[in-house]
Formats: sequence, C-alpha cells, structure tokens
Amino acid sequence: MSLGPYASYIVTSYSLVAAIVLILIVWIAIDYRLQKERLREFEAGGVTRRSGRQATDV
Amino acid sequence: MTLIDLANPTKFLSLTGRVLPWLAGATAILLLVGLYQAAIAPDDYQQGATVKIMFIHVPNAWLSMFVWGVMSIAALGTLVWRHPLADVAAKAAAPIGAAFTFLALVTGSLWGRPMWGTYWEWDARLTSVLVLFLMYLGLMALWRAVDDPSRAARAAAVLTLVGAINLPIIKFSVDWWNTLHQPASVMRMGGPSLDKAFLIPLLVMAIGFSLLFVTLHLAAMRNEILRRRVRSLQMMQASQQAA
Repeated sequence: MSLGPYASYIVTSYSLVAAIVLILIVWIAIDYRLQKERLREFEAGGVTRRSGRQATDV
Repeated sequence: MTLIDLANPTKFLSLTGRVLPWLAGATAILLLVGLYQAAIAPDDYQQGATVKIMFIHVPNAWLSMFVWGVMSIAALGTLVWRHPLADVAAKAAAPIGAAFTFLALVTGSLWGRPMWGTYWEWDARLTSVLVLFLMYLGLMALWRAVDDPSRAARAAAVLTLVGAINLPIIKFSVDWWNTLHQPASVMRMGGPSLDKAFLIPLLVMAIGFSLLFVTLHLAAMRNEILRRRVRSLQMMQASQQAA
C-alpha cells in the first residue's frame, strides 16, 4: 500500500485518532477503578447507603 | 427489564455491566473491519491516497454533532421530565463529544493542507465546528464550576439547548454560504454521491465509531453514577460526624 507524497498527513491523522481514543479508554478505566476504590473505603469504614446496601453493591 | 426500570441508577449499573463487554467486542470488530477496508480502498483520482483521511474525519465530524444532539435530548430530560439519569448522560457525553470534535477539526486540518493548500480557513463550516468545540469546553467548565449538582444540571441543560442552534448551522453552512469545505456527499437529497468503493468503508467506520461512542458513553455514565454515590456517602458521613 503506497500512501503517496502526502503519507505524513495520513499517518499523523490516523495516529492522532488512535492516541485520543486510547486516552479516552484509559481515562474512563482509571476513573472507574478510582470510584470503586473510594466506595470500598466507605464500606471498610462502615458507612452504608440509605437503602442499607453496601457502597459497592450494584 | 422495561425502559422505566432504567431510570433506576442501580438497575442501569447492572445492565451496563452485562452489556459493555459485548459492545466493546462489537466496536473492536467493526473498527478493525473498517480500517482494513480503508487500507485497501483505491486512491481517489483527484486526491490520491489522501482520501483515506475521510474514513476517520467524517465519522468524527458526524459524531461531534450527534453527541451534542444526545446531550440536547438529555437536557430536555433534565428540565422537563427531571429524569434521574438525564444529567448523568449529558455530563458523561460532553468530554467524549469534545474529543470527537477535536479530532474532526485536526484531521480536517491535516486533510485540508495538501488539498486546499491551507490548514485553516475562517469559512462557515470550519468556524461553526470550532464554536461547537468551544461550547463543549464551556459546558464541561460549567459542570465543574457549580458546586450544587442540581443547579449545575439545570444551567448546563439550558446552555446545551441554546447551543443546539449551532447544529443546523454546521449542517447547512456549506449550502447557505460560499465555503472552502465541500458540500454534503453522503446525507443529501438524491442519495450519496460517493462511489461504493469509498462509501462502504466510510459507513463501516461510521457505525464502528458510533458503537465506540455508545460503549464509552455507557462506561462514563457508570463512572458518573458511582461518583455521585461517593458524594452522597461523603455527605452522610459528614452529617453523622456532626451529629
């Protein structure tokens, strides 16, 4: 596959999209872990929800 | 599970836990198929291989507007129906929409340089998409600036609905004004003007990116629900300590 004289523009575009999508995925995954960890701390401290369920219960 | 059950955040969390792995798998497969089709697509007779940028630029540009449309429906849910998940949906969608808009602007710019001879032109299409990007950033700043979540939700909902005026301006800017940007070639009266060799990979990539949005949005909504649960537990703990 030859990308011609403007290969750098094409490669930069695809690389940038891949990088931003990857950043979004990693950011959302880290945020999920962080929130779960904070809920686990509440659970360990004996703080329960108004419904009586544990903090990490889904 | 009925639609009304989804108004319950706990049931929503349970549903997303089951659906997310399947959505992520389908997204990965579609994007891989789309990338393969984009790689083997022929060169355009005028643009050469540069036409391959279209397969990522157009889906991002579509999604930049689609996400604001989703946020506008969620804004109605906040203001009219006071749906408990409406603000969660809007707040979770904003950074993802901003990312798609940023990618539409940058890939468009990288496509424009070899084709138009310039990275940027203050024409109606490019400027209205830049305004959309700035509105995403403004909305995200608003959510962070207001401490009370319900006040922030109402203010953000109003701003989102006002900002929705920009969507038809973006869509029809190429018809209403004389722009450097080309007119619509897929969603137009009389059907797409693109050859099948370009249209099929473009549609596969568009569906793949749309599924990517749904997957990321559901995951971000799950995080936002958990964040609000953390906040309410913090408040409960503070009131217990004060008593």
